Amino acid sequence: MENNIYELQYAMDTFYFLVCGALVMWMAAGFAMLEAGLVRSKNTTEILTKNVALFAVACTMYLVCGYQLMYGGGYFLSGITEVDSAAVLSDFAGREDGFHGGSIYSGASDFFFQVVFVATAMSIVSGAVAERMKLWAFLAFAVVMTGVIYPMEGGWTWGGNDVFGLYNLGDLGFSDFAGSGIVHMAGAAAALSGVILLGARKGKYGPNGEARAIPGANLPLATLGTFILWMGWFGFNGGSVLKLGDISNANSVAVVFMNTNAAAAGGLIGALLLAFLLFRKADLTMALNGALAGLVAITAEPSTPTPFAATLIGFVGGLIVVMSILTLDKLRIDDPVGAISVHGVVGLFGLLVVPVTNGDVSFVGQLVGAATIFGWVFATSFVAWMVIKAVMGIRVSEEEEYEGVDISECGMEAYPEFTGGKS
Amino acid sequence: MKLITAVVKPFKLDDVREALSEIGVQGITVTEVKGFGRQKGHTELYRGAEYVVDFLPKVKIEVAVSSDLTDKVIESITKAANTGKIGDGKIFVTSLEQVVRIRTGEIGPDAL
Repeated sequence: MENNIYELQYAMDTFYFLVCGALVMWMAAGFAMLEAGLVRSKNTTEILTKNVALFAVACTMYLVCGYQLMYGGGYFLSGITEVDSAAVLSDFAGREDGFHGGSIYSGASDFFFQVVFVATAMSIVSGAVAERMKLWAFLAFAVVMTGVIYPMEGGWTWGGNDVFGLYNLGDLGFSDFAGSGIVHMAGAAAALSGVILLGARKGKYGPNGEARAIPGANLPLATLGTFILWMGWFGFNGGSVLKLGDISNANSVAVVFMNTNAAAAGGLIGALLLAFLLFRKADLTMALNGALAGLVAITAEPSTPTPFAATLIGFVGGLIVVMSILTLDKLRIDDPVGAISVHGVVGLFGLLVVPVTNGDVSFVGQLVGAATIFGWVFATSFVAWMVIKAVMGIRVSEEEEYEGVDISECGMEAYPEFTGGKS
Repeated sequence: MKLITAVVKPFKLDDVREALSEIGVQGITVTEVKGFGRQKGHTELYRGAEYVVDFLPKVKIEVAVSSDLTDKVIESITKAANTGKIGDGKIFVTSLEQVVRIRTGEIGPDAL
């Protein structure tokens, strides 16, 4: 009888990972739509191609070696399809906290849940380098980021490994529930290193450094993308509870869903209000970035805050993101979708605010963790971009940028208004 | 024969069309254009960066009519497209050398 309950727990927790993984996969659609809506129409096909391709590259590279580097899951996931039911049942029986102990679930479901996080981290880069990067240079970088760079820092954090044998972040009190730092700030670090080497879009900054508007071509898509990301995030944070099958964890999952939603709402309100105060207009794109900032901010710890605290954390994230976007433009760091601000600056904030609602986490631990993640990802990404730049170049030519990368990289317009029909 | 070209505000298109059909004008060609005269553009804001929109959307209406209808057409368009505010547009009258109806091959005033 007890074994039957264990089997059900296994099934429930496995199913939970799969569903949450599917929700996080849906975030890839969100990123694609958000970015497609914020670039110019002549660059839309290319950014869509980048988004679908990076997802595929991430899934494949993590399968080949990333999962092994991060969790020891086996190169090419060797052995992952087998399950020894008897061994599983005896694991259940021997668990330290019994029924309420750590969840036991299918290895394949663990990979599935993890791999979509890799794709999320990689996807953050695509928006920041939009409209002027060579597609294949980006994909070459994706191979390195998803195969090595992300798995290494993921191993030092969620994987519990020592950082090059020097120190252990878990021992220092570092905690990042669903990845404000491990996923979001890491993606932003890679993006920042790329953007610095890439340079701004032609015509973005005037002679006195003033930022010129390059409006996005499709705000309905951008809004749809944001809502899709918001929904997918329930899987992102919810799945990171890592267990569903008992009262305490099920309640934790519910709290996480509730707080994730509250933070997004707070972030949107914060950004919208601040943008209105600064510009006397309700800037939709700032509101969208605000919602995402709220989500990033709560991602490091969505289970311990009260719902109102989660709303406030999100609200502050929304304020930060608006100021960060304006500041980056003043520094002439051109980020067409605000990715570095949303995921990097607010990702750091998300990490640093954890000790406020979670007494088991130390501020020092968060700082060391943030520095480790940022330092590693930024430095290795910089090197990777430099190598790619030397080998094949990372920026399209001025003429290609003018015509639009849809033509130069993809040979295909997203909105073909002027074709004659027959050739 | 005259070709009468009118550049008007887009929301006035239906009024102009109705007015023209009331005085017996059978055909009309419409193009979406942008332009400005003495009406200046306006500034918009995108993520904190201001930019100037110089051109305003307008609609260009072309009708080919016999010369004796010219004054009536001008009066009709003017009344229909007028709002009294700047940016109402302009009417241009040019001589039409030849007109052909493609389906039947009729030419000249018979083709109008």
